[in-house]
Amino acid sequence: MQRKSNHYKVKAMNSVTINSLLRFVSLVLLQGLVLNHVNFLSYINPYPYILFVALFPINNNRTLFIFLAFLLGLSVDFFTDSGGIHAAACVTIAYIRPPILKFSFGTIYDNQTIKFSQIDVGSRMVYFSILTLFHHLILFSLEVFNISDIILILKKTLFSSIFTIILCTLFSILFSPKRK
Amino acid sequence: MQQIINFVLRNKTFLLFLLLFGLSLFFTIQSHSYHKSKFVNSANFFTGGIYKTTNSFSQYFNLKEQNDALIEENKKLRTIIFNLELDTLRVSSIDSTLLGDHYRFTDADVLKNSYSLSNNYLTINKGKKDNIKQDFGVITSKGIVGIVDNTSNNYATVLSVLSKKNRINAQLKKTSHIGSLVWDGKTEELVQLVDISKFAPVAVGDTIMTGGQSAIFPKGILIGKVESFSLDIGGDTYTINVRLFNDMTNIGHVYIIENMNAKEIKSLQSQSDE
Repeated sequence: MQRKSNHYKVKAMNSVTINSLLRFVSLVLLQGLVLNHVNFLSYINPYPYILFVALFPINNNRTLFIFLAFLLGLSVDFFTDSGGIHAAACVTIAYIRPPILKFSFGTIYDNQTIKFSQIDVGSRMVYFSILTLFHHLILFSLEVFNISDIILILKKTLFSSIFTIILCTLFSILFSPKRK
Repeated sequence: MQQIINFVLRNKTFLLFLLLFGLSLFFTIQSHSYHKSKFVNSANFFTGGIYKTTNSFSQYFNLKEQNDALIEENKKLRTIIFNLELDTLRVSSIDSTLLGDHYRFTDADVLKNSYSLSNNYLTINKGKKDNIKQDFGVITSKGIVGIVDNTSNNYATVLSVLSKKNRINAQLKKTSHIGSLVWDGKTEELVQLVDISKFAPVAVGDTIMTGGQSAIFPKGILIGKVESFSLDIGGDTYTINVRLFNDMTNIGHVYIIENMNAKEIKSLQSQSDE
């Protein structure tokens, strides 16, 4: 009996790993090849690749998570020739994710039984919004890299965030397993 | 010692975060300084290869526009050739024949182009194998595009004119007042020409071209038209808004210019600086 449950555990672990890996690759490619070239009104681009950070399994170890977030950001940076701005933003939101989870989901998170597919769309959107705002603020501050252009930074953050949040929510609804 | 190890173990997440954040900050700062050989760029085997694959599909979508641009360019070149034959005597003594010796042109496809960031890069499908090096100029038939930044074996990244790092030497076409071309990061259609003397007769609609004072671009490559101009706060120089001839959002095919004498010019300049 013990063995059997272990076996299931390993299987479940493997499927989670493969899932995350697939998500990583497809989100980076989607970002690098399609969404970086949207340029709506010539400067608004969505960055929904942070879904990887947002939806990463919670009970996993945090060092690995932060490292993966760094790799994710760096891969997007390689596509955009932007130094390390995506990496910096991703590492930061990965690091500050636990308090944000706690804030947006409250008691469910305390019980450690959270499953993103079971959370209602409203609080999921709150969660994505907070992550996105943090991410974009760091991203565009580092991209513009000039404090006197703070208006430009805020403008880019605001408009790109709206775009990103909508896309994140849509993706998470589209690709979540059906609720029973 | 034990305590230090304990401290590291207890705070390993935070320390890892600091380390990785510091590393990305380092990459970022490097990317904001001009022409530092960078680790993070899209001219590598991997992203370059991916861009090349996708470009081989997407380039079909604007074939018609590319054809039109080529026809336009052919027309222009033919006009020049036939006019040359008419007054060979006058022209043969100046640049066109010399141009062949001093500058070498290579053509390239643009694999990736961006214009929404504050430092924009293009990725092109020529690299070290085709003798492309840093500081080569990049143009299209309509005008200036940028300067080669990083190269790998098969690919290179080009720092676009739409970048806050670039300062390209430029001048008015009708007089020889020179200035520097910079970008304020606001719109992809306008760049700024600064440090033009207030005695220059600037008018809206004037043509701006490269100045030939740098060892990168030959003199006379078109840049754009004067859109508006104003005196600097100091009152000594003009800041001119220049509307680019190139549509920077739609660039398919470019030419890379190698100045064969760049090395000689540079060493001469550094000698006289000493």
